[in-house]
Amino acid sequence: MSTTTSTTSPSGAEGPGRSRGKAPAGERVADWADGRLGIYSLAKANMRKIFPDHWSFMLGEVCLYSFIIIILTGVYLTLFFHPSMNEVVYHGSYVPMQGQLMSEAYKSTLDISFDVRGGLLIRQLHHWAALIFVAGMFVHMMRVFFTGAFRKPREVNWLFGFLLLVLGMFTGFTGYSLPDDLLSGTGIRFTQGAVLSVPIVGTYLSMFIFGGEFPGDDFIARFYSIHILLLPGIMLGLVVAHLILVFYHKHTQFAGPGKTNKNVVGMPLLPVYMAKAGGFFFLVFGVLAIVSAVATINPIWNIGPYRPDMVSTGAQPDWYMGFSEGLVRVMPGWEINFWGHTLVLGVFIPLTVFGLVLVSIAVYPFIESWVTGDKREHHILDRPRNAPTRTAFGVAWITLYFISLIGGGNDLWATHFDLSINAITWFVRIGFFVGPVVAFIVTKRICLGLQRRDRDKVLHGRESGIIKRLPHGEFIEVHEPLSQEQLHTLTAHEQYQPAEIGPLVDENGVERKVKPLEKLRVKLSKGYYGEESQIPKPTVEEYKEITSGHGHH
Amino acid sequence: MSTQETPEEKLPAGQDTAHGAVRVADEKNPFADPGLPPHEPRIQDIDERAAKRSERTVALLFTLSMLATVGFIASFVTIPVDKSVYIFPIGHINALNFALGMTLGIALFTIGAGAVHWARTLMSDQETADERHPVAASPEVREKVMEDFRQGAKESVIGRRKLIRNTMFGALALVPLSGVVLLRDLGPLPGTKLRHTAWQKGKLLVNMNTNEPMRPSDIIVGSLTFAQPEGLDPHEHGYMNEIAKAALMLVRIQPENIKDKRELEWSHEGIVAYSKICTHVGCPISLYEQQTHHALCPCHQSTFDLSDGARVIFGPAGHALPQLRIGVNDEGYLEALGDFEEPVGPSFWERG
Repeated sequence: MSTTTSTTSPSGAEGPGRSRGKAPAGERVADWADGRLGIYSLAKANMRKIFPDHWSFMLGEVCLYSFIIIILTGVYLTLFFHPSMNEVVYHGSYVPMQGQLMSEAYKSTLDISFDVRGGLLIRQLHHWAALIFVAGMFVHMMRVFFTGAFRKPREVNWLFGFLLLVLGMFTGFTGYSLPDDLLSGTGIRFTQGAVLSVPIVGTYLSMFIFGGEFPGDDFIARFYSIHILLLPGIMLGLVVAHLILVFYHKHTQFAGPGKTNKNVVGMPLLPVYMAKAGGFFFLVFGVLAIVSAVATINPIWNIGPYRPDMVSTGAQPDWYMGFSEGLVRVMPGWEINFWGHTLVLGVFIPLTVFGLVLVSIAVYPFIESWVTGDKREHHILDRPRNAPTRTAFGVAWITLYFISLIGGGNDLWATHFDLSINAITWFVRIGFFVGPVVAFIVTKRICLGLQRRDRDKVLHGRESGIIKRLPHGEFIEVHEPLSQEQLHTLTAHEQYQPAEIGPLVDENGVERKVKPLEKLRVKLSKGYYGEESQIPKPTVEEYKEITSGHGHH
Repeated sequence: MSTQETPEEKLPAGQDTAHGAVRVADEKNPFADPGLPPHEPRIQDIDERAAKRSERTVALLFTLSMLATVGFIASFVTIPVDKSVYIFPIGHINALNFALGMTLGIALFTIGAGAVHWARTLMSDQETADERHPVAASPEVREKVMEDFRQGAKESVIGRRKLIRNTMFGALALVPLSGVVLLRDLGPLPGTKLRHTAWQKGKLLVNMNTNEPMRPSDIIVGSLTFAQPEGLDPHEHGYMNEIAKAALMLVRIQPENIKDKRELEWSHEGIVAYSKICTHVGCPISLYEQQTHHALCPCHQSTFDLSDGARVIFGPAGHALPQLRIGVNDEGYLEALGDFEEPVGPSFWERG
């Protein structure tokens, strides 16, 4: 501050023995930024941060990159799109629509598609990226689920990811509703019908959302601000928080030689993951651009503008909403009339089930940690086979999802496979309850089978495929013993013991009360880790007994 | 939750150091962690010519990207926006969209491919280990934070001055109400809006296609005709809201085939008029099977029997379609004899 210091040391920010003139320009810029932002401490912790490598770890990256692509293309689209429901007569360059009445929203979407150079490409990129985004989130979430990456300390990040999925679905829904074409308008009509089914407040909600009766003049503009500002704003914040937590927790890794719960093995962010992850952004973007060049998506010019008295057959929501659509389609049309009111169970129950099925996956980490009672940190991933009950739950959930998805497209299944729509509906109705149970049992059996196989491999070695004839004529298959790396990898997983209630009477003969919740926990724990649910992994003693000598097995 | 915590000794041995053993000799524990495998050099690490080849490949990919960007700009400038082109096996597609998308895609993809190839072949692939540290703070830090908090809370006197605390909670709880109240004008109250449509006694049935009033002879057995009330103009504001409720479908059924007594009463010479709006979630019903008199909603496949009071025979709809009572006026045109007697479209709480 004072003049004396500034004259004696003109380069006050720099350390001794270094003067401003000598440092390269890049370093001087970095010094400048560090003096104001403290970037060096940040870089010290992160620049050479180690990330483990596995193909499944890039699924989250796909989501992140498609999210960035959606934002970039979305900003471009806002420059041309008019979120207005004013009715205008079309006089643009798409001949089949000449003279038609349509909303300005629909007209400006036609203009983007036919008159703005590159507009169609960006529109298709936006829509394709949105589909990849939601699909990527599903698959990424499945990866995290089946490997147990959601366990402590990552439960909160699981919830962030879950919120991103739900918000992503609704951002997608509000987005494909904006062009105000016949298909999306039908979807909005469906939504309005669903809102009406909500007991007590449904009618009011509908009036408030649509600014009066359906369709009104307001919902496009309202959906627009929700679609481009509210939801993406929240999502951007969640994405940043999600990534900060990934850095903070450090990435999980699969068991293997040199990998423990207290380290993370891999390659550094600079340069390897800068190049790989940065490059992967361009790969995703490039593939999406090529897809958008050759594959039309949402050709609203074929569908026509929305009219509430018109509809096309084969109306489907985008796939990620198809699950709720299926629930709505197969639900019996129950309505209860009482005291001048109507309870529209036929629509409201599917609406509720839709939410419950989603929430069940959000709370799963907390249920599992309650059952295991394990409050330690977990950074080593499970192989799905080593957590049979969890894996079975996951597959049951996916089965439920896909069976409902079949219901969501029951008309297309009927026409494409020449099936009776009544039969499909009944298949979905029964499958909704039976399918997940069957999937659960089958998956658990498969996991246990795979565990047995691992056990055999550890104890008896790998089947080499070489048949040897012994001197006395017997044929045997030669088994090759595994290397220590393989032995370690196959036996590194943890196995819980099922919880027990413990003695009901203490040493003084006083009876102890067991809460019903604790009883439930013990029961669940038996289901998870009881004899039926895991194959004990081979012990060193077993291994030694078999390998110490007599050779034949 | 702490009561359910399983004591440490009951949990399986941790994976901190596998099997609790650090690189124990093979004879003792064959499953012990052998530690990180030694780094195996790639061909590029030992052969400079291979490394050069990789360098050239990466450079070629980056050069391709530059060319593709030039191609993008050239396509943008030269290709007319409405030109179509035949591309095997896709068919006729918009030439500009195809050119822009392909060049942009190649420009981006080659950057990515170049960067990944660079990382895989030329950057060090030596694996190293970073230490992890527990997320939870040490007991000392925890104690310090708790102490600081207690100190801060004490200094704020919030615990002692209950009046301040309680009024503050009250104020903070009430202030968001302003925001909620502001949302009131998002829309009007429902009132009886969902109970009325544009149909009234004496309103002519106007054919949606020809925009002309209809005589009974215009409607033949087996056909499906859509109608709206006279006086509705698509160019006028508010048309969408009206047609969303008033859309009507007319079919003609031989009177002896009409099973429902009231339906026959409300029909005219076998012509019956039903709301076109599905009672499930409001899609317009548009498929009619003339032999069975079934009308099907294409959205969720609710099926209604138009010869039997439009009752639901399949699908998720909860009740029959409302029927409009029709007749003919003095000039022989079909007219409504009143509004629908029940609300059209999806059910709602106040419907009753």
